[in-house]
Amino acid sequence: MEEFLKQYLDPTFAITFAYLIKIFCIVIPVMISVAYLTYFERRVIGFMQSRIGPNRVGFFGLLQPIADALKLLFKEIILPEKSNNFLFFLAPLLSIAPALAAWAVIPFDFEMVLADINAGLLYVLAMTSIAVYGVIIAGWASNSKYAFLGSLRSAAQIVSYEIAMGFTLVGVLMCANSLNLGEIVMAQQGGISQWYCWPLFPLFIIYFISAVAETNRAPFDVAEGESEIVAGFHVEYSGMAFALFFLAEYANMILVSILAVIMFLGGWMSPFSFMPDGIFWLLAKVAFVLFFFLWFRATFPRYRYDQIMRLGWKVFIPLTLIWIVFVGAMMQTDYAEYFH
Amino acid sequence: MKNFLFNTLKSLTLHELLRGMSLTLRYFFSKKITIQYPEQKTPQSPRFRGLHALRRYPNGEERCIACKLCEAVCPAMAITIESEQREDNTRRTTRYDIDLTKCIFCGFCEESCPVDSIVETRQFEYHGEERGDLLYTKEMLLEVGKKYEKQIAKDRKQESKFR
Repeated sequence: MEEFLKQYLDPTFAITFAYLIKIFCIVIPVMISVAYLTYFERRVIGFMQSRIGPNRVGFFGLLQPIADALKLLFKEIILPEKSNNFLFFLAPLLSIAPALAAWAVIPFDFEMVLADINAGLLYVLAMTSIAVYGVIIAGWASNSKYAFLGSLRSAAQIVSYEIAMGFTLVGVLMCANSLNLGEIVMAQQGGISQWYCWPLFPLFIIYFISAVAETNRAPFDVAEGESEIVAGFHVEYSGMAFALFFLAEYANMILVSILAVIMFLGGWMSPFSFMPDGIFWLLAKVAFVLFFFLWFRATFPRYRYDQIMRLGWKVFIPLTLIWIVFVGAMMQTDYAEYFH
Repeated sequence: MKNFLFNTLKSLTLHELLRGMSLTLRYFFSKKITIQYPEQKTPQSPRFRGLHALRRYPNGEERCIACKLCEAVCPAMAITIESEQREDNTRRTTRYDIDLTKCIFCGFCEESCPVDSIVETRQFEYHGEERGDLLYTKEMLLEVGKKYEKQIAKDRKQESKFR
């Protein structure tokens, strides 16, 4: 695309312009999938509760997310009088920006990646960690006790599960010998048996549960906890500012699902050797993983706060460490090939 | 000690979580019980307590004799009645208002009425667009009674053996 643009534009412009087009090609589908994820969430949870869910706006309710977005757009943005105005508006931006920025290093197909950097995994971890600032600042700037409690809870929770999540990724690094997400996928070539979810099965499960906790989803949604602290950190937000938090939450959900697929389920690789690889495999696997997020929400009641901390620190971190040592030890034996 | 090990191993297999998830998955494919309201409706009982109506006798004479029992029994004080003596020396109402915004649809007025004049119909789909639209006067209540008399009479007859 850059070569094509260079025929018409100044070379520096052409590169910038080409990148801008690529960014739009990622962000817009992400936004659309966020919108439809909210729709599918309501449908799936409805189905699991013997209900139908939204089915009035458009065919099968398919226009419902657009109607919701329009409603939020037209709503008044209420500014609490004693809040810190600057931070109050900075917070939603701080939570949406990292959620979208992390998509830059995601490989969708062979060589189909915006920024093919070597430390891709570290970059993603850094970006998901920044997202916690949005929540903390939102809770603090609102000047409301519920918002503050929610933000404190989620800060502690995200920090604790970040560690367990980082350790599970260490296992993947040991297997793939690379931090580049594309290379991690390429290392899982050769059908379903080569995926890392088998040798690293406990890490895969722990990664997934930590991912649910990282994104503040049920059953780890104490940051919102509507029955305890109203709506947690975004209790004072309305209109578009609220919509941004919503967008960030769902964009993060899709992001951690796509990471789970890349690192444990072979990314764009086909599960069967006789079928071609391609981006559709990635999308199908991500949809499958996302279904689990909705399934969890329909099934499990919210964890108590001290149980969340216990699970993170006393169960997940020791377990991941044990499995990392186990994998490291196995790599020195004759079975090393099963762990690469 | 043995129990502790067993419980630890059991929780590590996520046994209980998986059982919960299998339950919700079963419900995912189960029959949905949603009633899609404007097109589908739930069945109604003949004792349904909806919009009020004042009835007339088959000869056209209004039933209400202004005994004011309903006004007295009404727990929400939603009924206001004024009465006078008519030329034929019978007592009739000149004013019979029900404020539907106060009414709690308990059905006491219907229970207390000695002549089955004030009744609650099966009608529940009505609305007011301005303040005062839900203050039903005698004329409006008689109009409702005229409109649904067939259904009202049928329901009263069906329920009469239980009263």
